[in-house]
Amino acid sequence: MFQEHLPTLIIFAPTIGAVLLMLMPKDNEDGLRYTALTVTIVTFVLTLVLLPGFDMSDGKMQFEVNAEWIPNWNINYQLGIDGISLPLILLTSFISLWAMVASWSITKQIKGYLILFLLLETGMLGVFMATDFFLFYVFWEVMLLPMYFLIGIWGGPRKEYAAIKFFLYTLFGSVLMLVALLMIYFNSPQDSDGKHIFDLLLLADAAQGKEGLLNPVMQQWAFWLLFIGFAIKIPSVPFHTWLPDAHVEAPTPISMILAGVLLKMGGYGILRIAFPLCPVAVFDGSTVLVAIGVISIIYGAFAAMAQTDFKRLVAYSSVSHMGYVVLGIGVVGVVSADTASDYWKMGINGAMFQMLGHGVSSAGMFFMVGVVYDRVHHRNLNEFGGLASKMPLYTGLSAGIFFAGLGLPGMCGFIGEVFVVLSAWQFSKILAIIAASGVILTAGYILWTLQRVYLGAEYKGPHEEALTPMLPRERIVAAVLLIFAVILGVFPNLIFQYMIPSIEELTKGMAGQMTGL
Amino acid sequence: MLANSIDQLITELPTQIGSDVTAFLSELVLCGTVVALLLGRLLGIDRKIPGHWIAMAGTLIAFGIAFGNVYANGPDAYQAGEDAQLFSGLLVNDGLTVFFRLFLLVFLVLVIALTVLSGIPDNEDGPDFYTLLIGATIGMMLMASANHLLMLFLAVEMASVPSYVMVGFLKGKRLSSEAALKYVVYGAGAAGVMLYGTSLVAGMLGTGQLHLVAEKLGELLSGEGGVGTAMSTAAVRTIVLGVMMILVGLAFKLSLVPFHFWCPDAFEGAPAEVGGFLSVASKAAAFALLIRVVHQLTGFGDLAVPLAIGLGVIAVVSSTFGNLAAYFQTNVKRMLAYSTIAHAGYMLTGVAAMLVALEDGNKILAADCIEGVLFYLSVYLFMNFGAFAIVALIRNRTYSEEIADYRGLKSECPWLCVMMAVCLFSLVGLPPLGGFVAKFFVLAPVWEAASIHWSMGALVGFALLNTVFSLFYYLKVPVAMFIADRPEDARSARTGSTETVFVLLLTVPILLLGMSPLIGKLSLAAERVAHDTITVPAADQAGASTSPEK
Repeated sequence: MFQEHLPTLIIFAPTIGAVLLMLMPKDNEDGLRYTALTVTIVTFVLTLVLLPGFDMSDGKMQFEVNAEWIPNWNINYQLGIDGISLPLILLTSFISLWAMVASWSITKQIKGYLILFLLLETGMLGVFMATDFFLFYVFWEVMLLPMYFLIGIWGGPRKEYAAIKFFLYTLFGSVLMLVALLMIYFNSPQDSDGKHIFDLLLLADAAQGKEGLLNPVMQQWAFWLLFIGFAIKIPSVPFHTWLPDAHVEAPTPISMILAGVLLKMGGYGILRIAFPLCPVAVFDGSTVLVAIGVISIIYGAFAAMAQTDFKRLVAYSSVSHMGYVVLGIGVVGVVSADTASDYWKMGINGAMFQMLGHGVSSAGMFFMVGVVYDRVHHRNLNEFGGLASKMPLYTGLSAGIFFAGLGLPGMCGFIGEVFVVLSAWQFSKILAIIAASGVILTAGYILWTLQRVYLGAEYKGPHEEALTPMLPRERIVAAVLLIFAVILGVFPNLIFQYMIPSIEELTKGMAGQMTGL
Repeated sequence: MLANSIDQLITELPTQIGSDVTAFLSELVLCGTVVALLLGRLLGIDRKIPGHWIAMAGTLIAFGIAFGNVYANGPDAYQAGEDAQLFSGLLVNDGLTVFFRLFLLVFLVLVIALTVLSGIPDNEDGPDFYTLLIGATIGMMLMASANHLLMLFLAVEMASVPSYVMVGFLKGKRLSSEAALKYVVYGAGAAGVMLYGTSLVAGMLGTGQLHLVAEKLGELLSGEGGVGTAMSTAAVRTIVLGVMMILVGLAFKLSLVPFHFWCPDAFEGAPAEVGGFLSVASKAAAFALLIRVVHQLTGFGDLAVPLAIGLGVIAVVSSTFGNLAAYFQTNVKRMLAYSTIAHAGYMLTGVAAMLVALEDGNKILAADCIEGVLFYLSVYLFMNFGAFAIVALIRNRTYSEEIADYRGLKSECPWLCVMMAVCLFSLVGLPPLGGFVAKFFVLAPVWEAASIHWSMGALVGFALLNTVFSLFYYLKVPVAMFIADRPEDARSARTGSTETVFVLLLTVPILLLGMSPLIGKLSLAAERVAHDTITVPAADQAGASTSPEK
C-alpha cells in the first residue's frame, strides 16, 4: 500500500508543504524556514525509502502508478521509476535539501520564496517520474512559473531581463515539444477503444517496431523538434545563451537548483523521450549530436576562460560540462538487431554519471561563489585574491569542489568525462581528441580562477572587512557537497549498479530500428 | 384540404406548445424577471428589495429549471433532429442549446455577484442595469438555440442592443459614451450586412430553416440539375456572398479581425464588469451560432474546404494581430480586449477544422473539434472573467486601470495578485492551468485535420507561435504586480475577504480544469454535446454518458 503510493507522495510532499506555508503567518520567518526545510528533508527521506524496494537487476519500470485522468483522450496519471530516473530523483531531493539550507541567506519576502521553491521541487520530481507523455509535458512546464518568479523577484540587478529570457527560451522549446507530442500521438497505434496513446512505454514499444512501427518520417521530424526542446534546457550550443544570464541574476540557492537539477532534465528528456520514441532518427542524427556535444565542450570552456564575472564563469563551465552529456548519449553504435555496442552503453552510462557528478559539483561551485558574494557583494574575478589567508576553511572546501568540477581523478567529475571520452574514441577518434582537449581547457580556467580568487598576497576588492569565516550553516552545505563529490568519485558503482540494467534495456530496444538489421 | 390542416393545427397545437414551452421555460423565467424588475421600479419596490436580489433569484430559478430539465430527461434526450425543434422549427433544443443555456446562466450568476461586490451599478440604476443584462442574456440564449435565419438575426440583435447601452452605462464618462457610440455604429452596420446576407440565402434556397440549409445547398449546387460549384455562376456567387455576409455579422460579435475595431474602444470605455460579461457571454453565444451555421456549409461541396481555409486565415490573423496589438497597451482592459480577439482566433481554428472534417465525412473528428471549442469556452469563462473581475475590484480601490498603477500591488493584496497571475498565465496557456488543457483540446483535433488538408497543420503552428508571443504582454501585469515596488504615494488597494473569496471561486475552477479529473468529466460532457450536434451515429460513439456542465 505504502509502496504503491510512494511516488505520488514524493512528488506532492513539497506541494503539501507549500500549502502549509501558505497558511502560516508571514512574519514568523524562522518558523517558515524550518517548516520548508523539514519538508525538503522529508522528501529526501522518502526518496531514500525508494532504494530498498528497488530491484537493481531489473531494467524495467518499477513503482508503477497508473490512474485514469482524462479518459476520453487516454491521458493517464502514470508514474514509474527505473534505473535512469532513480539517480536523478535522488539528486533532485538531495540538491533541493541543501539549496534550502543555502536559502537562509534570502531575507526578502521569504514566504513567497519558500512556496515557489517547494512548487519547483514538485515539478522537478514529477518530470523524472512521469511515464505518460502528456503528464511529462505538464510537469515540465510546472517548473517554468516558479523559476521565472524566483529569478525575477529575488534575482540581481538585471533580473527581469534574465527571467524573461529564461522563460522565453524554455517556452519556445516546450512549444516544439508540444508539436512533437501531437505528431507522435496521432501516429501512435490505437488501443481497443480506438484511441491513440500517450503512454511512453507503449509508444517506445511501437517506435521500436513491436506493435506496428511509428511512421519513420514522422520520427525524423519529431526527433529534431524534441531534441531542440531538450537542447535548450541542457543547454547545448547554440541554444545556451539564456543560461549565463539566468545564473548570474538568480539568487545562489536557485543557481544551485538550476545547475544541479534543471539542466539534467534536458539530458533525461533525450534519454526518456527523444531516443526511445524516435530510434530511426537517432542513428541518422548521431553525428550531429556528437558534433553539438563537442562544440559545446570546447565553446563553453573558451567562453568560461574569457569571463571576469565569477558566476558567469561557473555558468559557462556548465555549458562545457553538459556538452559531455550530449556527446556521451550521441555516440551511437549497434552490433546486431538486439544488441547495442558496448561503447554506446558506456557513453550513456558516462553521460548519466556526468549529469550526477555535475549536479553535485556545479551546485557546490555556485554555492561557493554565493558565499563570497554575500560577503563582499561583487563577483569580479580581478578584484579578488588572498582569500586563502582570510578564509582558510572556505578556500580549502572551494578548492576541493572546484577540483571535482575540473574532473580530478578520485572525484565525481572524472568518471563521467573519462567514460564519455573513451566511448567517443570508438565513434570518432578526431572528435574524441577534441573532446579530451576540453579537459585541459577546463583545468586551465579553473586553476586560473583558483589562482586569482584564493591565492595571491592580498585581497584587491572592496569590503575587505566583510571577509569573515564561514558560518556553520555554510560549512555544512559545502562539506556535504564535497564529501559526496569524493564518494561518487571513489565508488562510482554505487550509482552504476542502478543504471546499467536500464541502459541495457533502453539500448537493446532501440538497436533493432537503428540500422534496419 | 386547407380546413383539414387547420383542424389538425388546432388539435395539435396546444400539446405541441405545451412541450415546447417546457423546454423554453428558463428563457421565460428570465423574461419574467425582466418584467418583475421593471414593475418593481414602477411601484417603488426596488427601494425595499434591491434589484440584484430579484435578478439573482430569477437567474437561479432559471438555472434550476434548465438543470432540472436535463436531469429529468437524461443526457440522451438532446440529439439534434426533428424532435429537438421547438415552435415549428424556429428554435432547436439540442445538446448545444442546453450546454450554452447552462453555461450562460452560470455565467450570469457570476456576473450579478460581481456587480453586487463592485457596486456598479448603484442601487438607483440597479433595475435598469439588470434588465439590460438579463435581456442581453436572453438574446444570447436565443442565439445558441436559433434554428432559422430569421431567429438568427433577431437573436443577435436582441443580444446586441442591450450590450450597446451597457457599454455606455457610465453616463458621466465621456470615454464610456464614446465607446457605446462606436459600438452602436459598428454594430448597426454589421447587423445590416447580416440581414442582407440572411435574405440572400433565404431567397436563394427558398427556406429559412437553418438545419435545411446544407441539404438545399446541396440540391442547388451539386444535386440533379444543380448549377455546379463554379464561382462564375451567378447563383453560386450570390449564395457565397450571402453566407459571407452572415459570417461578417458573426465575426463582428466575435471581434475577429478585420471586424474588431469596436472591441478595444468598447472594452476600455465600458465598466470592467460589462467588459467581462461581453467578452465571455457574447463570444460564447456567437460561437454556438457559428458552429450551427458552419455545420451547414458542408452543402457547398467542393467550396467548403476553401471556405474553411478562409476561416482559418481569419483565425490566424486575429490571434496574431490581437497579440501584437496587445503588447503596446498600457491600460489593462484594453490589453484584455486585444487578448479576447486573439482567443477568438484560437477557437475559430477549431471551427475551421470542423468544416474540413465534416467535408471529409469524418464526423468523429468534427465532433472532437466542437468538443475542444466547448471546453475552451468553459475554461475561458473563468480565466477571462476572473481577470476582468480582478480589474474591477482593484479599480474600486485605486481608481485606476493602468498597468503602471499595478506596481507593487502584491504587498497590498497578495491573494488578488496571485489569482490575477493564475488567470493571465492560464490565458497564455501554461500547464498546469486550465488554459493549457483547453488549448490542447482545441489544437489537437486541428492537428489531426492536417491529414485531410495540410493548412490545418499550419494553423496549429501559428497558434503555438502566438502562444509564445502572448507571453510578453500578459507577463507585463504580473511583473508590475510582483517585481516592481509600490510607489510611496500610491493609493492603498487592500481588499476585503468577500472579494477574495469571490475571486477564489473564479480561479479554483481554472486550477481544477488544469489538473484534476474534472477535466475528464467536462470533456466527456462536451463530447456528448458535440456528438448530439453533429449527430454522430450511436455505433461510432465511444460510450460517453454524463450530464452537460459539471
